[in-house]
Amino acid sequence: KLISVVSESVSAVEQKITAAFKVFDYDSSNKVDVREIGTIIYSLGCCPTQADIHKFIAEVEEEHSGVVFLEKFLPAMTKVLLENKFPPIPKSTILQAFKVKLDQKGYLKPEELKKLLMEEGEPFTQQEIEEMLAHTDREDNLIYYPKLINKLTSDLTQ
Amino acid sequence: MFSSLCFSAIRAALLIQRWYRQYVARLEMRRRCTWNIFQSIEYAGEQDQIKLYNFFAFLMDHFTPANWLSYFLLTVPDSYSGPHLTFPMTFCGLSKLMEAFKHKQQLHARYVLQILGETWRFLRILPNINHVSVCPTKEITICGDLHGQLEDLLLIFYKNGLPSCEKPYIFNGDFVDRGKNSLEILLILFGFLLVYPNDVHLNRGNHEDHIVNLRYGFTKEVLVKYRVHGRKILKLLQKIFSWLPLATLINDKVLVVHGGISDSTDLEAVTRIDRHRYVSVLRPPKMIRHMLNGNKAVISGNEDATGPAEGRRRVRSLTNTSNSAQRNKMPRRSLHNLPTTGNQLNCSVEDELRKRRRLAGFDQTYNEIKTSDSDSDPEFGESTETHGQEWKQVVDLLWSDPQPQNGCIPNEVRGGGCYWGPDVTEEVLGRHNLQLLIRSHECKQDGYEFCHNRRVLTIFSASNYYEVGSNRGAYIRMGPDLVPHCIQYQASSTCRELTLRQRCTRSALRALRQQLFVHKSDLIGAFQEFDPNHTGRISLHHWATATEKVLNLGLPWRVLRPQLVNRAQYGMLNYQQWIRELSITEPKPEVIMETMYKQHSNLETIFRIIDTDHSGLISFEEFRQTWKLLSSHLKMEISDKAIADLAQSMDFNKDGSIDINEFMEAFRLVDLSTHKATNNLDGGRDQWLDG
Repeated sequence: KLISVVSESVSAVEQKITAAFKVFDYDSSNKVDVREIGTIIYSLGCCPTQADIHKFIAEVEEEHSGVVFLEKFLPAMTKVLLENKFPPIPKSTILQAFKVKLDQKGYLKPEELKKLLMEEGEPFTQQEIEEMLAHTDREDNLIYYPKLINKLTSDLTQ
Repeated sequence: MFSSLCFSAIRAALLIQRWYRQYVARLEMRRRCTWNIFQSIEYAGEQDQIKLYNFFAFLMDHFTPANWLSYFLLTVPDSYSGPHLTFPMTFCGLSKLMEAFKHKQQLHARYVLQILGETWRFLRILPNINHVSVCPTKEITICGDLHGQLEDLLLIFYKNGLPSCEKPYIFNGDFVDRGKNSLEILLILFGFLLVYPNDVHLNRGNHEDHIVNLRYGFTKEVLVKYRVHGRKILKLLQKIFSWLPLATLINDKVLVVHGGISDSTDLEAVTRIDRHRYVSVLRPPKMIRHMLNGNKAVISGNEDATGPAEGRRRVRSLTNTSNSAQRNKMPRRSLHNLPTTGNQLNCSVEDELRKRRRLAGFDQTYNEIKTSDSDSDPEFGESTETHGQEWKQVVDLLWSDPQPQNGCIPNEVRGGGCYWGPDVTEEVLGRHNLQLLIRSHECKQDGYEFCHNRRVLTIFSASNYYEVGSNRGAYIRMGPDLVPHCIQYQASSTCRELTLRQRCTRSALRALRQQLFVHKSDLIGAFQEFDPNHTGRISLHHWATATEKVLNLGLPWRVLRPQLVNRAQYGMLNYQQWIRELSITEPKPEVIMETMYKQHSNLETIFRIIDTDHSGLISFEEFRQTWKLLSSHLKMEISDKAIADLAQSMDFNKDGSIDINEFMEAFRLVDLSTHKATNNLDGGRDQWLDG
C-alpha cells in the first residue's frame, strides 16, 4: 500500500471531511443517512468500488440504524485520505478501460457499452446506463468515448 | 487468451463504473451545496441579501469594463407601455422595435442599455475593415448617410426588404445628428447587427463622434428623451462609436468608407490601428496620462465634464502603463504618494482598487476603461510620429471629400481630412488593387453621384435633407459583378402613414403568425411529409397545402404567402428556418437570471481582482479585506462577524475558501432571491437543480 505524500496537514484534511459531511447533515446533529456516505467519499476525491464503500460503511455505521455519526466517520475517512486508499482514476486509465474489450476504434455502439456495464463488474442499473448514454451525442448512434471522458471530467472543474 | 480477455472485461467494467459513479456523486454533492447556499441566503435575512447584492452591484459597476452592466439594476415598471425585448435579440424583437418606433413609442432605458451593451461587446471583436463577399445568390445593399431620418430608413426597408441572411446590408456611417430619430435609427441598426452579425455591416461616419454630436443635435436628442439615463447612454455610445469599423471591403475589390481617401491612405496600416483609441476622431488619440497630485487629474475639453462622480474618480487614477511598446515612455508614479489632505479614505480605497486591478494582470482592459472614459490631452500626451500618422489615416477615411482637380490638399472647409483628386483615386485604388470606391458624407440632389471617371460613387440616403424637396435619397444594390445599381426615393408624409385597412391586416397577420407558431410541431410534421429526402426544403405549393391541413382555417394561403414567407429561393422554402422566425418569445422572469450567466466573463474579472494571490480561490481574508474596503464606499457599517457570515454562506464546499463557481453561483442566487416576487421560485429551483 502506498502512503501518498500528503501536502495538507491532518487538520486541513479533517476540516475538508467535516465540511463534506455537514453538507448532508440537514439538522446539524452531526449525523448523516448511511446512503449518502458513498457520495461523500467520492466527493472527497476518492474512487472506491461499491464493495469498498460497503466495507467502509460496515465499519462506521451505527448498528444497522441507517445513520453514521461524524465522530466515527471522521477518523475512518481521515485514514482513507491520508493513506490514499481509493485513489482517483486518471483519464488515461479510463481511456484504456474503454478500449480494452473492443478493438481500439475510438467509438463503440451503445449496445456494446450497455452489455459491458450491465453484465460485468458491479453492474449498472437501468437508470445509470441511461444517464450515461444521455451524455453522448448519438447522431450516428455511436459513442465516442474520448469525447465522453472529456465531457464528464470537464463538467466538474473544481 | 480467453481468460485474460474475461479478466480485462471485468476490470474495464469496474473501472468505468467506479469512474462514472464518482462523476455522479460529485455532481450530486455540488447540487446539494448549491441548494444549501440558496437556503442559507434565503433565510439569512433581508439585510444580508441586500448587502451582498449591493456589494456585487458595486463591484459590477466599478470593476467591469463598462458600467453599462448596471442596466440590470433597472427594472421596467408595469406602467411601461413600450416594447419589451428579450436577449439575445431575435427577428421578432426587431419587428417589435420597428413597430414601436413607427408608432412613436420610446424604448425603455434598460433595453436601450442592453442593446448598446451587446452591441459594444460585439463590435469589439470586429476588425477595422470588414470583409464582405457578394455571391450570385445574394446581392448586397449599401446605404449612405441617414442622419436621424427614420422615415428614410423605413422606406429603404420597405422598398428593398429588411436585412437578413439573404439580404446583406452595409450602412456607411452618419446615422445620427440633425434628424430627430437618431437614437431610433441606431437601435434598429444595432438590433439588426446583433441578429444578423454576418450580414449587416456598419462603418463609422464622422458624425459617430460625441464632439460632433454636441453640436449637431444627437446629444440633445438623447438627453431630452432619456432624462435620467441619458448620460449613461451617451457614455456607452461613445465607446460604441469608437469601436465601429472604419471601412468595408467587398470582394476585395470595392472599398466602402464614409468620407474617402487621401494620397497617404494605406489600408494595411489601417488594419493595424487600435481604432477604439479614437473616441473622437477630431482629437489626437488618447494617451496614458500622469497622475499629477493624488486626486488632481488633467481633464481636457474632450471629456463630458458633467459625468457622474464615480466615473470621474476613475478618470483620475491613471498611473498604469500598458504593455505596448509605444506607450511605455511614461514614468510610473509611485502608488504610495498619497495625498494627506482631504478625502484620504476615498483616495486610499481608490489606490487599493487600482493596485489590485494592476496585480490582477488587468492592465490591458483597465487601459480600455481609462482610455475610453478619459480623453486625450495634447498637452501631456506624447505625440510620436507613429501616432500622428495613424491619426491622419483615420481622419482622412472619415472626413475627406473628392475634388475635380488633381492633387490632395487639406480640407479646410470641414476642418479635417483632405480634398483628393482623380489622380489620387487612381493611385490609391491601383495600389490596393481595387476597382471602385463607394463613399457618402456629401448630400447629392439625386441621392447619388459618380465622379473621378466613375471610380468614385457617392451615396446619400437622407432625402429632403436641407428641406422638403431638396434632394432624393438613394441606396446601392450590387451583385457579384460589382456593378452598382442606384435606387432612388423620396420620403413624403403620404407614404409613411399606414391606411386603416393596412393596420388591421397587420394585426390579423400577427395573430396568424402566432397561430402558426403554436402549431409548429404539427406544421413541421406536415412539411416533412412533403420532404421525404430530408432536404429541409419544400415547394411553396406544398407549404400552402400542409399549412391548410394543419390549421384548417380555410384561408387562401397562396394569397397570404408573401406576407408570411419572406424568403423563398427558387420557389422553395426552408421550413425549419421559417418556423424559427415565427417564434414569439415572451419576456420571462428569468431574464435577469440569464443575464447573470451571461456576465460570466465579467464576474470572472471581478473574481480575479479580489483574488490578489492568483490562487483561483478567494480566501475569507481577501473577501474580508475587499469588503472592508468597499463598505466605506457603500457607506455601510458591517461588522467582521457579518462579513464572515456572508463569506461562509458563499463557501459551498466548506473548505475555507470561495472558488469561482461558488462566487458566481452566489451572485446568481442572490439575484434570484432578491427578485423573488417576479420569479416562479419553484420552477427556477428545479431548473438549476437538474442542471
